[in-house]
Amino acid sequence: MKRLREYVSENSRNPNVIAYAAMAIAALTFPGIAQFATGGNADYLVSLAADGGVFVLLAIGLNVVVGFAGLLDLGYAAFFAIGSYTYGMLASQQLISSPIHHALHVPFWIALFLGMFIAASAGALLGAPTLRLRGDYLAIVTLGFGEIVPRFFRNMKDWTSGVNGISALDVPTLPFWITGPWANTQLAIEQNFRFVTFNVTAWYVLIVILVVASVLGVNNLYGSRLGRAWMAVREDETAAAAMGVNTVNTKLLAFAIGASFSGFAGAFYGAKLSLVSPDSFGFIVSITILSMVVLGGMGNIPGAMIGALLLYWVLYKFLPDAPLQASSLAHNLGLDSLNTVTPNWPGIAEFVSRLKFIIFGLILVSIMLLRPQGLLPSRLRSAELKRGVHDEPVTMVT
Amino acid sequence: MIGALARTPAALRNFGNSQLATLIGILIAAFGIVLTIQHVLQHDASFFFQILTIGIADGAIYALIALGYTMVYGIIELINFAHGDVFTLGAFISLALFPVFGIAEGASGFSYVLPLLAVGLITMALCAVVNVAIERVAYRPLRHAPRLAPLITAIGMSSILEGAMYLWKGPFNLHYPDLLPLTRLNIGAVSIGVKDLIVLTLAIVLVVAFTLFINLSKLGKAMRATAQDRDAAQLMGIDINRTIAATFFIGAVLAGAGGITYGLYINSVAFDLGFITGLIAFTAAVFGGIGNIPGAAIGGLLIGMVRAFSDSYFDSSWTEIVIFGILIATLVFRPTGLLGMRVPEK
Repeated sequence: MKRLREYVSENSRNPNVIAYAAMAIAALTFPGIAQFATGGNADYLVSLAADGGVFVLLAIGLNVVVGFAGLLDLGYAAFFAIGSYTYGMLASQQLISSPIHHALHVPFWIALFLGMFIAASAGALLGAPTLRLRGDYLAIVTLGFGEIVPRFFRNMKDWTSGVNGISALDVPTLPFWITGPWANTQLAIEQNFRFVTFNVTAWYVLIVILVVASVLGVNNLYGSRLGRAWMAVREDETAAAAMGVNTVNTKLLAFAIGASFSGFAGAFYGAKLSLVSPDSFGFIVSITILSMVVLGGMGNIPGAMIGALLLYWVLYKFLPDAPLQASSLAHNLGLDSLNTVTPNWPGIAEFVSRLKFIIFGLILVSIMLLRPQGLLPSRLRSAELKRGVHDEPVTMVT
Repeated sequence: MIGALARTPAALRNFGNSQLATLIGILIAAFGIVLTIQHVLQHDASFFFQILTIGIADGAIYALIALGYTMVYGIIELINFAHGDVFTLGAFISLALFPVFGIAEGASGFSYVLPLLAVGLITMALCAVVNVAIERVAYRPLRHAPRLAPLITAIGMSSILEGAMYLWKGPFNLHYPDLLPLTRLNIGAVSIGVKDLIVLTLAIVLVVAFTLFINLSKLGKAMRATAQDRDAAQLMGIDINRTIAATFFIGAVLAGAGGITYGLYINSVAFDLGFITGLIAFTAAVFGGIGNIPGAAIGGLLIGMVRAFSDSYFDSSWTEIVIFGILIATLVFRPTGLLGMRVPEK
């Protein structure tokens, strides 16, 4: 108890510790509070939060590539797609209609790691010939790769059902599971538990566990010899090489480890949605994840997580809800004329929904202009930013 | 520096500059060309020339856009994601200006040349103003910020421009008046559309004028100097901010012209057109050698032809895979691009 008190007093001003604590408390209490606040109809919110967890995982993974090793990846969604499709093909009836005529039903827990492994291999394969290129050239290669992969899956109709995507994926199973009031039921132990789609709390718990495990893993990597090598390569590749860092292997590992998180998240995402479609992995997804990392604070794990949660909320809750909110606001203010549709005025709801691109763009531009280092920057890096040489930005991806 | 990198495998490190890489690159290109020729021979020659002219006209439009990418990248090393949307903006502005100048569907004949020219000039000027404003608001304040910050604002600006056009005209494909003559010139078995010729001529005139400007004018010289070494250029008394603004101005003039040309040629535009067109034009710039002006023009023409041939002789759903495959192959086998003189490692 005394040590806890000491820890609290020592770290009460450390933004990272505060961020972790806030996120942990929020993650633990969210389903309960949401059920209570909505009177037991919180399934939609909890499901949304579980999907948000996928983006947190993606942001943690991309933070390894962009934040730690300083490699700009503009096609991160490609590995997400590879993870999803791996799960989709290995854990559904899909392969019956493929040229091998035999369905595979690999258990979720194994497929999760298979997705991770295959995405990491794809990352290594792409990285090996291209990581010797410096700076933006790598970004351009990843951009091209990110454009190719979803189109490839869409065109391989015999294997992936093309535009229709793969549906009815297997769900994870566990020998037993504990349910309770947080999931709006009686406290009980369920035998042979299946993660059915409507049991959103189970998915939520699973993603929280995956995120916690990933944070612990990445934190350890950050402090390890490899993590220090990443930062050395990021700051000055030539100096790092002179100090005995194998720069190609270091960058390759960052790239592959980053890709593996994406594959991991992809397998979970496919299983939860029970649908894998080539439309969910476009350039806009890569850009969204990159924006999450940069907005949150590159190179800082809690920063990337907060950036992911914030941007996810804006994109998937605030903007979709905004038209209805605006419409009811207009009604409450007595401005019902705004809700009537005329040839020149599409109605306030439609108008606000058409504003979504502008709002998203304004958020990106204004946060970058006001806080180019991100909301919760790495302390080490912000020190460098203040004292660093100005004409050679420390985060320059050279 | 080479000595310091001794621990990385030499074969991997020097792969892009080695003769082996060049050889593999040439073999892949040769394979693609042989495959294309084989498909071409299955159809008759007039079809081939028809596709070729479409490819060249399309490529001329890509070249106009690619020049803007390559200039901005050359001078501030930023992938200006908003550039493709400035191109779309050109199409949208000109579409709104046509009624003002009394141009409507079916208008033809030489009396419409002057109004069309006026629409073109106003559109290019407006696009240039928008692009300079974007640079002033979103890129200039971040010139000393971490490298990724302007990239994110570029994406944000692209989203804002797309959003503005969406708000303006809605989500649907818009019809763009078909003003160019539809007649075709028959030279022997070969039939060439006058439309294609006009597009190509327009692009050539603009690219040549632009190249002369870069090579001969004082401002062009300042741009080249700034691209080479910004600090040294500043020490020589060049106003960096003005030079960079001028780069954005000229890039947008070409993109605006590209937007009108695209509208007149394809006759259909949509608010999100600039996204994929911009990416393809950017591929063209990389293919020709990023930062290299003739490279961007040639890259644009080649990518346009690749696109036309892939669309008509193979399967159009694979076209974009082929184009982005070329992008990756260029960077793996010849990072400096076809005409690249800039070394990738600085």
